[in-house]
Amino acid sequence: MITFDDVVKVYPGGGTAVDHVSLEVPTGKTTVFVGPSGCGKTTSLRMINRMISPTSGRVLIDGEDVAGQDEALLRRGIGYVIQHAGLFPHRTVLDNVATVPVLLGKTRREARAAALGLLERVGLAPEFAQRYPAQLSGGQQQRVGVARALAADPPIMLMDEPFSAVDPVVREGLHREFLRLQKDLGKTIAMVTHDIDEAIKLGDLVVIFRQGGIVAQIGTPQELLSDPADEFVAEFVGRDRGLRSLSFDTAAELPVKPVPAELVVDEAGRPLGWRTGADDVRPTGGTFTSADTLRLVADLAILSPVGIAVRVDADGKADGITPHHDLADYLAARRG
Amino acid sequence: MITYLSNNSETVLAALRQHIWLALLPVLLGFAIALPIGYLGVRFPRFYHPLVNVAGVLYSIPSLALFVFLPVVLGTKILSPINIVVALTIYTVALLARTVADGLRSVDRLITESATAMGYRRFRRLIDVELPVALPVILAGLRVATVANISLVSVGALIGVGGLGQLFTRGFQLFYLEPILVGVILSVLLAGVADLAIVLIQRAVTPWTRFQGGRA
Repeated sequence: MITFDDVVKVYPGGGTAVDHVSLEVPTGKTTVFVGPSGCGKTTSLRMINRMISPTSGRVLIDGEDVAGQDEALLRRGIGYVIQHAGLFPHRTVLDNVATVPVLLGKTRREARAAALGLLERVGLAPEFAQRYPAQLSGGQQQRVGVARALAADPPIMLMDEPFSAVDPVVREGLHREFLRLQKDLGKTIAMVTHDIDEAIKLGDLVVIFRQGGIVAQIGTPQELLSDPADEFVAEFVGRDRGLRSLSFDTAAELPVKPVPAELVVDEAGRPLGWRTGADDVRPTGGTFTSADTLRLVADLAILSPVGIAVRVDADGKADGITPHHDLADYLAARRG
Repeated sequence: MITYLSNNSETVLAALRQHIWLALLPVLLGFAIALPIGYLGVRFPRFYHPLVNVAGVLYSIPSLALFVFLPVVLGTKILSPINIVVALTIYTVALLARTVADGLRSVDRLITESATAMGYRRFRRLIDVELPVALPVILAGLRVATVANISLVSVGALIGVGGLGQLFTRGFQLFYLEPILVGVILSVLLAGVADLAIVLIQRAVTPWTRFQGGRA
């Protein structure tokens, strides 16, 4: 666990970057620091590995003040991923990944062998190993950056806007892989982003900073969306937060009605479409299972030609329907 | 010219040998001295501008003046090759200290920062990351310094020690064109070979630069 204990950072010349911040980054979870530029989120992140020293207050890792620890040794035990990856241009991909193990005293050979495995882990084919960073795309460089941070298997990872330098499609892919990796690895991650959607998607816990280095709210993504602490947070998490908060609940308890005759199914019971006229069958626009989110159900009901979302079982057989007014009633009842 | 060469092969070879070490020893010495000075210009930014200015002034001293002036300061004999070596070392330092500083300054802050964040201490970061990344700039400066030194050695002939330059003075004294031609051709060849050697070394030690500028 990383603990910020009443941390203040004032720069000479007057600016307060971080203003009496106290918070906890729980072990094995992803905590995202988010806020507008100049809100102190990056400064806070960098105080964890002593890239920046607090003016007052303490930063502790598992109860131990980082200020008392050797800077270089501390940093070798903390993975660091930076925007644009910050790879070493003069080293191959493999040697970039092997950097920290070599610093820790492993032979280059051992470190390279381990690095090869890590490349696979982050979804890079082995033929990238001998290339130089300049030969990679932005998304590939970012993967190498993540592999490099993971190389010494540090319990803690710091990620400073790790996905902001790539285009939205690539970012989407990196997000998926990040979540998959983190599910396997369970690192203690502190991440900085200015993108609230990224924070909500990736964070177990989200810390919203406001101008002047003040923490506006700390909570799970769901808490922030459903119960913003003030106007600033409500504004920051966005206007469609009601709809987005549906992403956190599954359709497991959503009541369904029996499949009506208007739903055309094949011989295995899989839905083909809605009969809207004598020879007019229109596609359902998709189906949901009880494991899908309520947001998907709402989306399907809106897109459906008849305003009805279709549920299927594990085999793809239609086993119930939810008209959009049933979904509305369910949400209203749940709130009450 | 062939006749001249075959009759004077020993003199010419001795002059060439002297020329090579008079030119290259200062390159090595100068490089070794310029590295820490250039680094200081980056480590302590307020030294950078004084460094650039002093280097500029040093480089603008005429070589002949320096050759004549150094024995007075060093207490060496006027004909001692040490004068040439010291003078050319001063020029090399003047040229390379700035190149080293500029090379190190050209290293992207993102790269040095990520090295620090991974746990590099300052010295090892310099050796493992900053110098290698700055190497293309530094080696470009080294080429200039080497070629400049090779041409400057000849001036030393005017005070009696000057490698191939001695062939020029002899030719002038005897109104005899051959030694002058041989001296010019060999100087140019030597400069060309040294330049090529550094280019080849650069290719071998910085293979990554071939991909730069392709995809950013």
